[in-house]
Amino acid sequence: MQDKIVLEAKNLKKHYHRGSEIVKALDGVDLKIKGSEIISIVGPSGSGKTTLMNLIGCLDKVTAGSLKIGDNDVASLEEIDLIKIRRENIGFIFQRFYLIPTLTVRENVELPLIFAKKNINAKNILDLLKEVNLEDKEGIQVKHLSGGDKQRTGIARALVNDPKILVADEPTGKLEIKVGEQILELFKNLSEKGLAIVIATHNLELAQATQRIIHLQDGKVVPKEKSDLYY
Amino acid sequence: MKFFILAYKNLKRRKSRSFLTIGGVAVAVAVLVALLGFNAGYQEALTSDVDKMGYQVIVTAKGCPYEAATMILSGEAGLRFMDEDIYNQITSDPDIDKITPLLAQLAYDPEKQGGKGGFINYLGIEKSYIELKPNVKFKSGGWFSAENANEAILGYEAAESEQKSVGDKISIPDKDITLIIVGIFERTATQEDGAVFLPLKTTQRVFDIEGKLTGIGIKLKQIEKISEFEERLYPIASIQVISMSQVKGTILNLVNSAKILIMSVAFIAIFVAIIGVINTILMSVFERTQEIGIMKAIGASRSDIFKLIWMETLIICTLGGIFGSVIAIFGGNLTELLVRKVMPYAPGGRLLLITPDLLVYSFLGVIIIGIISGLYPAFKAASMRPIEVIRSGE
Ligand SMILES: Nc1ncnc2c1ncn2[C@@H]1O[C@H](COP(=O)(O)OP(=O)(O)OP(=O)(O)O)[C@@H](O)[C@H]1O
Ligand SMILES: [Mg+2]
Repeated sequence: MQDKIVLEAKNLKKHYHRGSEIVKALDGVDLKIKGSEIISIVGPSGSGKTTLMNLIGCLDKVTAGSLKIGDNDVASLEEIDLIKIRRENIGFIFQRFYLIPTLTVRENVELPLIFAKKNINAKNILDLLKEVNLEDKEGIQVKHLSGGDKQRTGIARALVNDPKILVADEPTGKLEIKVGEQILELFKNLSEKGLAIVIATHNLELAQATQRIIHLQDGKVVPKEKSDLYY
Repeated sequence: MKFFILAYKNLKRRKSRSFLTIGGVAVAVAVLVALLGFNAGYQEALTSDVDKMGYQVIVTAKGCPYEAATMILSGEAGLRFMDEDIYNQITSDPDIDKITPLLAQLAYDPEKQGGKGGFINYLGIEKSYIELKPNVKFKSGGWFSAENANEAILGYEAAESEQKSVGDKISIPDKDITLIIVGIFERTATQEDGAVFLPLKTTQRVFDIEGKLTGIGIKLKQIEKISEFEERLYPIASIQVISMSQVKGTILNLVNSAKILIMSVAFIAIFVAIIGVINTILMSVFERTQEIGIMKAIGASRSDIFKLIWMETLIICTLGGIFGSVIAIFGGNLTELLVRKVMPYAPGGRLLLITPDLLVYSFLGVIIIGIISGLYPAFKAASMRPIEVIRSGE
């Protein structure tokens, strides 16, 4: 079950219009991700990492190609259906955490459940907070937390809907190295339980700690040798 | 319910701003409730004042009829004098059911209100006064012992404020006379509650105005006959006939024009409040652009965001409505004081009639305002696109 393909992209394209010019942010990407796999996406700035993450996360509409998440072909879906897929399959974490500062740790974590109109099970939340080492901080307003704890809260929030894929755009960019390592450790534990994790990063060390590295350049996947490893 | 908490916590984030906005809504509501309450209250009080008056027609010395009318209503009975002969002349008119002569005098009493000073109304009356006034009854004591007695009857409030009861003595400022209180009227909720009543003859003697009256109160057998009655009195050059329904109409007209002015102020207040609400919510939407984008990323739909922002507007308006109503109710006395100062004639009863109905309607009005002013910001927030929003923060 853990080797089941949770995501499959074929010739995936995303084009933006910038004035009269067309920006090919993604220009034919093929990608398969299995459950319990941690992969990283690296590439220079503007290579399309965030664009790819947004498509995987069902935040944006595909221009061309196919994208399957679980058993759903999402390339043809409209916003309203994308929300459903997103709620059920995707957990997001961001470089800047993007928590709601006035809410407590617990309230932030519960938020996706409220939007998904699901019941809140106190014990499940507590278990989740234990998993990310936040059980003693559940009542603290997140604006008082350290960066590491903020990201842990972000991770718990991403996991609360029991997603199949965790999408992380530069998850350790704002953290100290040591804290970043702890987060990576947490990712590994999670993936062992069957969660697929996709990390977009400039941080080669982080990338090398994942099972597979995808090199992006100008919206295309390239072999490692061809990528501009300027970093 | 969870949305409610989320919305509430958002508002708490910018406490002073939310509070000011709520204050703006509260003021608008208070003004509106006070105005509408005043409208209902004033008409009711005026009508009841006029009805309690007992007279349908008043005859006074010629002068400004409305000035005279308002003076009569306030128990001062038109301070121009007319000859008592006129009373004797018209008293046998066939259309008259009841008739009573009136002589009103004002005296300044520096001792009144615990040394603050104030005017006292003295009203010279005859027994027919009581027959004409349906709700004038004795609380204690009774009628004067003689037409010319040095006796007084106190209106309810006059007795209360001077702490007098039957058998006590009072004097008239600057007059060398002592009057014995023989009776106290029950409350009538008109201006005359504050008056001191003397026998007509005594009043004429004490104030040195023998043979004079300031007014004649008349109840006709049939009010429809009023114009014929008026015509018959027309030849008497020195007097005028005023019908109370006419007076009521004129006062209401006066009040109405004042009301239109105040109403426009209320509408401006409401307009400003709406703009304030929209501005506050829009500002907080723009400040939270990223947050809203993230909420979408973690599963919020357009309608979730719409609901959330709308809820914030509704909370502001509901709180504003509650505070506004409270201000209107407790500030009612202040408003009343103000109105009494400003209005040409303020009736005796409560001017502000704030009924539960009125509160409910004003409240609903505010909620509707909230619903409307929340629309645009909520729509704006709901149509924010998560990726653009997240990217803008990178
Ligand atoms: N909404 C948009 N409109 C127009 N162009 C866009 C839009 N979003 C992204 N792009 C362009 O698409 C290309 C890929 O951008 P993307 O953000 O995916 O790169 P990235 O690899 O995440 O870069 P970084 O490492 O700086 O985060 C860039 O050239 C970018 O300018
Ligand atoms: Mg990026």
